[in-house]
Amino acid sequence: MAKILVLFAHPLLEKSRVHSKLAAAAKKVKGVTFHDLYEEYPDFDIDVNEEKELLLAHDIIVLQHPFYWYSAPPIIKQWLDLVLEYGWAYGRGGVALTGKFVLQVVSAGGKQELYSPEGRNRFTFRQFLTPFEQSFRLCHMEYLSPYVIHGTHRLSITEIAEVAAGYAQLLTALQTGQIQPEQLAGENYIDGVKGLIALNNSLHEQ
Amino acid sequence: MNSDFLIQALGYLAAAVVFVPIAKKLGMGSVLGYLIAGIIIGPYVTGFIGQQGDDIMHFAEFGVVMMLFLVGLELEPELLWRMRSSILGMGGLQVLITAAVVALLSLPFHMHWKEGLALGLIIAMSSTAIVLQTLNEKGLMRASAGQSAFAVLLFQDIAVIPILAVLPLLAVHSVAATGADAEKHTWISGLPGWLRTISVIGAVVGVVLAGRYIINPLLRIVARTRLREIFTATALLLVVAITVFMEKVGLSPALGTFVAGVVLANSEYKHELESDIDPFKGLLLGLFFMAVGASVNFNMVASKPILIVSLVMSIILIKALILFMLGRVYKLGMDQNLLFATALSQVGEFAFVLLSFSSEGNILSKEVIEIMMAVVAISMALTPFLLLFNEKWLTPKLGCKIEEKVEEEVTVINEKNKVIIAGFGHFGSTIGRFLRANGVTPTLLEIDSDQVELLRKMGFNVYYGDATRADLLKSAGADEASILIVAIGNPEKVLEVVETAKKHFPHLQLLVRAKNRMDAYELMDAGMMHIYRETIDTSLRLGQDALKMLGFRAYRTKRAASIFLKHDEKSLKTLAATRDDLGQYITTARERMEEQEKIIQTDLEDMGLNRDEAWDSESLREEAANVER
Repeated sequence: MAKILVLFAHPLLEKSRVHSKLAAAAKKVKGVTFHDLYEEYPDFDIDVNEEKELLLAHDIIVLQHPFYWYSAPPIIKQWLDLVLEYGWAYGRGGVALTGKFVLQVVSAGGKQELYSPEGRNRFTFRQFLTPFEQSFRLCHMEYLSPYVIHGTHRLSITEIAEVAAGYAQLLTALQTGQIQPEQLAGENYIDGVKGLIALNNSLHEQ
Repeated sequence: MNSDFLIQALGYLAAAVVFVPIAKKLGMGSVLGYLIAGIIIGPYVTGFIGQQGDDIMHFAEFGVVMMLFLVGLELEPELLWRMRSSILGMGGLQVLITAAVVALLSLPFHMHWKEGLALGLIIAMSSTAIVLQTLNEKGLMRASAGQSAFAVLLFQDIAVIPILAVLPLLAVHSVAATGADAEKHTWISGLPGWLRTISVIGAVVGVVLAGRYIINPLLRIVARTRLREIFTATALLLVVAITVFMEKVGLSPALGTFVAGVVLANSEYKHELESDIDPFKGLLLGLFFMAVGASVNFNMVASKPILIVSLVMSIILIKALILFMLGRVYKLGMDQNLLFATALSQVGEFAFVLLSFSSEGNILSKEVIEIMMAVVAISMALTPFLLLFNEKWLTPKLGCKIEEKVEEEVTVINEKNKVIIAGFGHFGSTIGRFLRANGVTPTLLEIDSDQVELLRKMGFNVYYGDATRADLLKSAGADEASILIVAIGNPEKVLEVVETAKKHFPHLQLLVRAKNRMDAYELMDAGMMHIYRETIDTSLRLGQDALKMLGFRAYRTKRAASIFLKHDEKSLKTLAATRDDLGQYITTARERMEEQEKIIQTDLEDMGLNRDEAWDSESLREEAANVER
């Protein structure tokens, strides 16, 4: 039974098509703590001690956010800056988070093809996420293959509902231990639009 | 037009214009100015107004009537409830003890106990007009002495009603003797005592009912005509009508209008009525004080100087001692208690009202009433001097000597403290605590000496005194300080402090508290750059929470509130500018409404949040879809 903490960041959820559904789906999964950063800290005034305790109380940290300017909404950066303290999360004696897993769940407007040396965005998605990956590595955490939902601009309402259901399935599987987090490690890249099917496929390939 | 009237008006107005500013300049307050003006034009100095003093007095009592109407309007039931313990406790005890003591002391002077009691009730009254005006001018209303004085005065104002009802029961002279002064025909003058009492109560109930069911609907109709002068006329008509009615019933018109005021306190026209009646009240009250000054019978004073002087002295002393004792019981500090006791030690204008009522009802003898008229007037005239005496001699001698203690520490303090906070009530104390929590220790100026004592015990650098005084600011270290925070609640005082600071300490950055938009305008006119309206942030914070409870996202409401605040500050500046162009002051409720309307209209214009193009924009989505298609 893994304890999952979803750190969610969306500055304008009321207009969001995808994340509103994803968030609603994640909230319903048993054993998942859903932590809405913009709702909790509209002033960016993050309660560091509270956040640290949340981290310590969970095994898998899910970072769920839209992809803006090839990165996360600013409150995530603020969170990283404040919560991952030297001497606690990294540096001398900073071992509090050792062995925990991080899963980034990101939505992007552009299709997957655009994120390649030939595509308009010139780099792969995984390359854009390297700052996050390295930050968590520095904190002795295991960075799992990111779960990316591409082409959100073109998803229909029914498609979005399916994507949300897939996301909920993933969380449930992780929570119940049906999927071990270690199985998601490595240089993989999970296509969130295809949901659990893609995940199962990639697991079988391994 | 009757030239006599014009000449009289000339005399009164000239006397007021000459003596009131002089009195104010000498720090004596305007009431004393009016009294001196009255004495000077009265029959015993220049004789300008001869014996008409009494008539003028009668006319000018109308000022008191109007004042009570306004006092009534200002009486909010919640305020009464909140202050119930000090009003009933301090006020009640003050009136009862004073009345009882006076009644006891009058027994050896061959007076009936009923007469003594009536006299005691009359003497228990203090002068609301003088005390409130003086304390306001000195900015002491918020100090604990001011609050206590207000509570006691309030009780006295209200107590007038039952006292007027009870006085007829205290009549010892036979009703038959009334024939002598039948020049005043009232509807109830022939009735026996108990029936008069019932009539009095009935009349009051009548005014209450009229206020609720006739006056307010009438005001609504008149307001709809949108003719300002008709509204003013209606307001005056209202007061005059009640006055006439009350006089016909043989009651104090002051009582009637007071009740009408209380009834209308919840009316939507409250502020309109206030601003309409206020100028008339001010002038007539001035006239009243002049008439009091003129009506002091100096011939009688001269014939019985020892009696009068000893009466004045002993009444003031008795009242002050009782008040002082009460202040002790209610735990006022020494300074505040001395101020409280001296401020209320005179006999007030209600005494005139009650005395004239007593003379009509044969409750007191003519002789007693004449002497008392002089005694009351003299005691009122002495008030400013008593306060001066208290300020300059009594408090320094007996008080807590806070100012001296402060003086010794001046050199130590002003080297360190770069911030001065003037006014350390709720508003200022939060600022002070916040600064101190961040390692900045401000110097504080506070006018309530009890508060000062408390804060000193808690280790704050507090100076007692009035921040409008340049010398006090200087001793608080204004020369070395870089910031002056004006957190005083009284807008007029704030403006005074601003003027003083601009004149004597131009290097100071001023951060100023404003009550509302009107205040903010005036402060802008005074060249202030940093103006903080008391309620705007709190209201917006509350609004944010309300939106959140309705399901809005926290971050959106936060952004909406900051955008709103910026927009509001901008519209404040714009409207301040147009206001200057028009060259007019917004003073009435209706003009305020019109401005509110303008503000709300600009609020409705898009403030930017609704066409948020950041993050999940519709147009971006459409374009992306097109490109990829």
